[in-house]
Amino acid sequence: MASALVTGGRVLLGLAGAFLALAVQAGGSNFVIPGSQAAQAQSCVEPTEFMRRNHMEVIKHQRDATVHEGIRSTKHSLAGCIACHVAPGPTGQPVPVNDERQFCGACHEFAAVRLNCFDCHATVPVAGPAGQGIGGAAQAPSVAPGTWLPPGHPQPTVR
Amino acid sequence: MNNPSEAIDQGRRGFMRSAAGVATITLAPGVLLHTLASAAPAGPTAGQPRAEPVTDQVRYGMLIDTTKCAEGCTACVSACNRENGLDLQTMPEGADPALWDRQEARWIRKVKVQDNLTGKVSNLPLMCQHCEHPPCVDVCPTGASFKRADGIVMVDRHLCIGCRYCMMACPYKARSFIHTNVEVKLTLAPRGKGCVESCNLCVHRRDNGQASTACADACAAAGHGAILFGDLRDPASPLSQALAKVPSRQLRENLALNTGVRYAGV
Repeated sequence: MASALVTGGRVLLGLAGAFLALAVQAGGSNFVIPGSQAAQAQSCVEPTEFMRRNHMEVIKHQRDATVHEGIRSTKHSLAGCIACHVAPGPTGQPVPVNDERQFCGACHEFAAVRLNCFDCHATVPVAGPAGQGIGGAAQAPSVAPGTWLPPGHPQPTVR
Repeated sequence: MNNPSEAIDQGRRGFMRSAAGVATITLAPGVLLHTLASAAPAGPTAGQPRAEPVTDQVRYGMLIDTTKCAEGCTACVSACNRENGLDLQTMPEGADPALWDRQEARWIRKVKVQDNLTGKVSNLPLMCQHCEHPPCVDVCPTGASFKRADGIVMVDRHLCIGCRYCMMACPYKARSFIHTNVEVKLTLAPRGKGCVESCNLCVHRRDNGQASTACADACAAAGHGAILFGDLRDPASPLSQALAKVPSRQLRENLALNTGVRYAGV
């Protein structure tokens, strides 16, 4: 009986240690990429702790307001997230945020949560032909309006 | 609904609707007045993103003068493609070019129609007609196909399951299905495999307080000025003024869809 208690205690202690290690790793590591606008900002659009747990709720609420009611003025837009968190790569071209070493990709890889925002949404700020629509007033790094194409992608054809 | 005795009694519907309206005014006059007062500014100010939900105080529409639409000119189509990132689509590796030609997403088609009795030929751009009673919305099983309060018929891709009922229901062949993964998309025009899409009257421009659509701007820049965009609800808008003067019609008006896009000269 006593040895069973001791064993159980050891197992619990081990589990607690493992969880603590995970928590430290998750809390201590910072997925914000140096060189992105976010790296210079004091905080995200909401407190960091709130955003870590609730960013998906915030974006989901905003998406309905934007698609159905046309509200595009708020700070909770996905385009805003991308414009702020995208970082330039070695060549100066922006690196897609869902890349496995980038802001969205790295954390989602760690948390083992599949992302499908980017099945449809642009992974770097890509402005329209008039330079519009890359996420509010955010100045994304080194993206020429309407010219960003991944390496090897054919130039757009004008019909 | 095939049984005529089960047909919807439109008169009864109308009565219920007006009764509900009266009840609203009686029960909550303050609320109603508040709504009207806050809806007074028609849209967002120029260059500023919209902060208030869209209202039905405006209904966006177009008048297309086919007598000014030039044969062979595709300025509106190219402008639409550039504006909405449609020119970034690429043919999948090894695909049949003829098949791709049919499947590639298009928001505007240039159509040539001929009256067989008189031989009169008309050219016109055909896009989503932004019906008041859109068949695509009627058939959508998930609510993805919807009409925004300001009359723009759109697809909420978050809800679209890609069943394509709306494509079959649309009498204008206005909708396209995205068959393959899309590598590059504009931030303002998300696009992905498995969803249906169509003209949304440059909704990003509407929400940022811009005056016109890409196709109307391009048509004016090409010197034709065949496309006039505006607010159908505002009697003082250039669009309403033109509609009051120029004889125009809705395509397939027999379907009683009350389209937002009207055509003159066909």
